[in-house]
Amino acid sequence: MKAIGIEPSRGARWLIGSVIGILFAIPLLSTVMYTFRDGDSGGLTVAHWAGLFDSNNQHVLKPLWIGLTNSLILAVVTVGIVLVLLAPTMILINLRLPQLRRAFEFLVLLPISIPAIVLVVGLSPIYQVIGHTLGTGAWTLAFAYGITVLPFAFRSIQASIDAIDLTTLAEASRASGAGWLATLVLVLVPNLRAGLLAASLISTAAVLGEFTIASLLNRQVLQTSLFVVAKMDGYASSMFTLLALALAFGLLIVIGRLGRISLRKEA
Amino acid sequence: MSALAEANSLTVGAGVGHDVSPRTPRLWARLDLAWLGLLPFGLYLLFFLALPTVLAVGSGIVVDGHVDLSNLASLADPVIMATFWNSTWLSLLTAVVGAVLGAAVCYAMLGLPETGTIRSAVDAAAGVLAQFGGVMLAFAFIATIGVHGVLTQGVAHYLGIDIFANGAWIYDLPGLILPYLYFQVPLMVITFSPAMAALKPQWAEANLTLGGTRRGFWLHIGLPVLAPSFLASLLLLFANAFSSYATAAALASQGSQIVTLQIRTALTSETLLGRQNLAGVLALGMVVVVSLVMWAYAAIQRRTARWQS
Repeated sequence: MKAIGIEPSRGARWLIGSVIGILFAIPLLSTVMYTFRDGDSGGLTVAHWAGLFDSNNQHVLKPLWIGLTNSLILAVVTVGIVLVLLAPTMILINLRLPQLRRAFEFLVLLPISIPAIVLVVGLSPIYQVIGHTLGTGAWTLAFAYGITVLPFAFRSIQASIDAIDLTTLAEASRASGAGWLATLVLVLVPNLRAGLLAASLISTAAVLGEFTIASLLNRQVLQTSLFVVAKMDGYASSMFTLLALALAFGLLIVIGRLGRISLRKEA
Repeated sequence: MSALAEANSLTVGAGVGHDVSPRTPRLWARLDLAWLGLLPFGLYLLFFLALPTVLAVGSGIVVDGHVDLSNLASLADPVIMATFWNSTWLSLLTAVVGAVLGAAVCYAMLGLPETGTIRSAVDAAAGVLAQFGGVMLAFAFIATIGVHGVLTQGVAHYLGIDIFANGAWIYDLPGLILPYLYFQVPLMVITFSPAMAALKPQWAEANLTLGGTRRGFWLHIGLPVLAPSFLASLLLLFANAFSSYATAAALASQGSQIVTLQIRTALTSETLLGRQNLAGVLALGMVVVVSLVMWAYAAIQRRTARWQS
C-alpha cells in the first residue's frame, strides 16, 4: 500500500504506539518479574524456574501433566471432527448443494453468538447421558469443543475453498476416472491444505485455552489444572502462563505464515 | 474465467444431452445421495448445537413438559437485576474504552505497509491477546496488581501509595475492568483494521485536489464512513465482554457479581436450593441480550460492507 496522504504524523504514530505498547507490556513484564522474585526477601532469584521441573514439585506438575495430556487428546479429537465432519460437508455443499451455502454459513457461525456458559447449561444434561454411555473421560468434551471452534475453522476452510475452483477440479478428477473418495482425498484435500492446516491450528489453540466448559462439566484440562495449581503455587501458574503465551504466539506466527488466510477478513 | 465458465456450460450441456429419458429418476438419486451426505454433520449439529441451545433456553421456561413463564419472575429478583446491571455496565465501559484505544492503534498503523514488520507484529500480538482472556490473564493481573503484585509493591515502595487503601478491589467487580480491556483492545484492532484499510487513497486525493484539509477529510469523509464500522465493532466488544466467564471466574474469588458467574452458582448449587430453573432463566436472559446485540452488529455490518469492497 502506498502512502495515502491522511496517515498520522511520525510523532503521533510513536506516541500512540508507545503509550499503548507500554500499557500492554506492563502485565507481561510484571508476570516475568514475579517469577524471578524471592517471596521472602523481595530480591531476585532463579529458584522458581530452576525448581519448575524438580521432582519435589510433583504435587504441582502432576495435575498439570494430566491436564495437558487431556487437552492434547482433546485437540486431536477436535481437529478430527473438523477434518472428518466439517470439511467434507463444506466441500459437499459447495459442489452439490450451493443453494444451501448461506443457510449453512448462518448455522456454523451461530456459536459465536451463543456464550459458552449458555451452551454449558444445555450441555450438562447431555453430558450426563454421555457419562453413562461413553464414560466420563475428558476426550468426550471434544464434541462440545467441535461446536465452539466451528466458526473459526469454517472461515479458514472457506477462504481456501474460495481461492480455488472446486467445481472444475472435481469435474476434471471425475472425468479422469477417479471415484469420489479419490477425488476428495487425492485432489481436493491437497488443494485445500492451507485452509485445513490453519483450521487445525486455530482449533488446537482454542482447545488448549478453553476453561468454561471443562470446569463446569468437571473435566480436567490444561486450564482447569492451571486454576488448581494457582491455589497451591502462584509462581508455577505464572511460569506456565508465560510458557503457554509464548507457545500461542509461536502458533499464531505459523498460522500467519501459512499464507493469506486471515480471520480478519470477516471478523 | 470466461474459458472456465465456457467449460462448465459445455459439461452441463453434454450431461443434459446424454441422459434424456432416465434424467428425472437419476437426478433424484443424485440429489438424495448429496442430501444424505449432510446427515453426519447435521446429526452432530442437532445433538451438540441445537439440542443444548434449546435445552439451555428452554429449561428456564418449560417445567414438566409444558411452558411455565412464572420462572421468568426470578429475572426481576433484585440480586439478579443487579448482576445483569453489573454485566451491562462492565461490558459497556470496557467496550467503549477498548473501542477507542483499539481504533487509535488502527489509526497509528494507517499507511504502514501491510506486510511490514510492525503490521505483522501488531496483528500477531492482537491475535494472541484477544484470545488470552481467561485463567492465564487473571494470573498475569494477579502477578501485576494483585495484593502481592509487582506493580502494587513497586508503587507502594517507591511512591508510597497503597492502591488497595480502599480494599482489595482487584478481586471484586472493578478489578475486572483492566483485565477485560486487555482482551477488548486487541479484539478491536482485529475487527476494526479492515474498515480502516478500506479508506480509499482516491478519497484523500480527491479531498486534497479540491482544496480540503486533513482535518476536513476526517470530519467530512473519514469519520462518517468509519462510524458504522466503529459502532459494529463496539457491539461485538460488548457481546464479547458480556459472554466472558473464565477471567471473572479465576479473578473474582467470591460472590457472583456478573451474570456468567451467577449462572455458575445456579448450576453448581441448583440441587441444594431447589432452583432448578434459575440457570435456564439466566441463560435465556443472556441469549436475549447477546442475540439483540449480535443482530444489530450483523445489520450494521451488512450496510458497511459496501465500503469495504
